[in-house]
Amino acid sequence: MLSCHQATRLASDAQERPLTFKEKVSLKIHTMMCSGCRNFESSMNTLRKAMQGFASGDHKDITNNNTKKTMKKHE
Amino acid sequence: MTGSTSQAKDKQLDGASQLNDTNYLETLRQQMLKFANLQISDTHLAEDAVQEALIGAMKKADSFGGRSAFKTWVFAILKNKIADVLRKRQRLAEVSELMRSDEDDEALSSLFDKKGHWNPEDRPNRWGDPEDSFKQQQFWVVFETCLNNLPGNQAKVFMMREYIGLDTDEICKEEDLSVSNLHVILHRARLKLQKCLEIKWYDGGKHA
Repeated sequence: MLSCHQATRLASDAQERPLTFKEKVSLKIHTMMCSGCRNFESSMNTLRKAMQGFASGDHKDITNNNTKKTMKKHE
Repeated sequence: MTGSTSQAKDKQLDGASQLNDTNYLETLRQQMLKFANLQISDTHLAEDAVQEALIGAMKKADSFGGRSAFKTWVFAILKNKIADVLRKRQRLAEVSELMRSDEDDEALSSLFDKKGHWNPEDRPNRWGDPEDSFKQQQFWVVFETCLNNLPGNQAKVFMMREYIGLDTDEICKEEDLSVSNLHVILHRARLKLQKCLEIKWYDGGKHA
């Protein structure tokens, strides 16, 4: 049985390389029972899509102007 | 600046011809600027470092074939320029952070208990519709803030992988990392980003 730390590592690695059959099965079994890791796994896809959006630079002007303001807001 | 551009030689001068492609160059410059800002957090010094790195890159541009190789090389120069800037500012801690890979696990081990299971308050929640977040300008501000919050080494590697789009081999060669080291660093960066986005956007940030 994987720990959550190990499960998140596999979910991250899945973005980098094809998981082995054994890894896929262990991750699947873990996420079936663990909502935290299930959510983490799906956030990996969101993160990659977000980075693609970020890299495309469509929002460039928005973020350049507002970053400092936001950082203050979150302090 | 060379006045004569000989288009017939484009194939031989792949790297150089990239520098004659204004759009490509501008995109690259923006990427470098983003990267430099992330490391130096001083817009003027970042601009200078990018400028110098680009000038340095132009000197040997024609020895590079493909775009990704060229990009790797430009960023390698930029990284060293940034280290120079930080050294001048005597911020040696940042230099070592920039140039080395730390194995600092403290911040992350706090997410999990001793058995490696989530602490209740750190267990990730559902994020809802991501595409919907992407349409909101504020999301991107938060996203960039979270990227800025990553430790230098994680930020650099994560940006190389996900933003510049270098592949595993390129990053490992460039950063002198094993594949397994790289995956550990990316895992840590993703845990931090996940946590940051959840706190600042998906849980709390929306109502602000």
